[in-house]
Amino acid sequence: MYEYYAKWIREGKLKVNSDWNKDLKVKFTVQDPCQIVRKTFGDPIAEDLRFVVKSVVGEENFIDMVPNRSNNYCCGGGGGFLQSGYKEERLTYGKLKDSQIQTTGATYCIAGCHNCHAQIHELSHHYGGHYNVVHLWTLICLSMGVLGENERTYLGEDLAEVYPPNVYLQK
Amino acid sequence: MADEAIKISGKKKSFFIDKVKELLPEGGNLNLCLTCGACSSGCPATGLEGLDPRKFLRMAALGMDDEIKASKWPWMCTMCQRCIYVCPMKIDIPQLVFNARGLTPRENRPKGIRESCDMALKVDTCSAMGCSAEDFEFVVGDILEEIKGAEPFWEERDLQAPIDKEGAEFFVNQNSREPMTEPEEMGPLWKILNLAGADWTYGSKAWTGENYCLFLADNESWKNIVVKQAAQTEALGCKTYLNTE
Repeated sequence: MYEYYAKWIREGKLKVNSDWNKDLKVKFTVQDPCQIVRKTFGDPIAEDLRFVVKSVVGEENFIDMVPNRSNNYCCGGGGGFLQSGYKEERLTYGKLKDSQIQTTGATYCIAGCHNCHAQIHELSHHYGGHYNVVHLWTLICLSMGVLGENERTYLGEDLAEVYPPNVYLQK
Repeated sequence: MADEAIKISGKKKSFFIDKVKELLPEGGNLNLCLTCGACSSGCPATGLEGLDPRKFLRMAALGMDDEIKASKWPWMCTMCQRCIYVCPMKIDIPQLVFNARGLTPRENRPKGIRESCDMALKVDTCSAMGCSAEDFEFVVGDILEEIKGAEPFWEERDLQAPIDKEGAEFFVNQNSREPMTEPEEMGPLWKILNLAGADWTYGSKAWTGENYCLFLADNESWKNIVVKQAAQTEALGCKTYLNTE
């Protein structure tokens, strides 16, 4: 999906921008999903993912984890781990991911994969990092001013009331 | 690193690793390990159950099939393939792990994964949470109305979330988690697809993105679901199967 987001932004169909975050300066990092990046499409799609994220939150507000892209660590939500019943081990596994995220200092981790989303959300609470975990579609819509009131479950208090103008209504 | 040494009992007893080699191109390079430890040093599962990727491979090479079968570690490795990525010999340890999962009788594999697979096999939507075609259609319609009602902009843009639209370019899948537990999360995706001018559709059958039968290492059931997903995409004449993740 990320390659289409990137394509549609490049084609000017998705009129995303990062003006809303110019003064707020909210910092974001991104989780490279193993399945999409390392296991399937490789670094090119990780670049597309970053292009989308930077277009939406502003390049200066994006902080990469280390290591990243095809060399990224799995969060521990994959392979059925979330449903396997081994919760304690899963959280131990995720400690590496949690410390990677906390080291960036970002207050939001973007997770495009559902397993990553659920696992990192839990890591944030469990290890007390209190960073937010958001889907990419939430931020794309936020930046274009089309994110509805009911679509803000995963936004923190700092962004819950941020309503940039709908760019499709500005001529 | 896991700190306990592997204990072997002498003669190689059985040949689990050989069976896995037969399944893989180039035998998965499973006999090429240089024991460098690059896999284990960058594996988040290292240390769980006293194991790590290198140790696991070594156990297989030594024919410790009973110990592998008894270990819960294959369920704690997510098969993320970082070990292959950093391995100088590109050894396919994740496939060894996947097949090790298959050594446990199906009924003894983790309940949560097994029941998610079984549920998906029961419904023609392939939903691991058992969401029926009717429920999906209702929830999608409900959210669509809500968005259009709240924001006239989407009425003007003719926001849609089609199900079984023949000839659409994209067959879009959806994780069951959305319609079942947080349906309002579907809205942003529909809005993006609308603004991009994408011609897309969901399916009444096999619309789900998840496939727990894969994680269960139940090959027949895994295939069963993938075949249903492909069949529905083809039946509608869609060109691209688009994963929302």
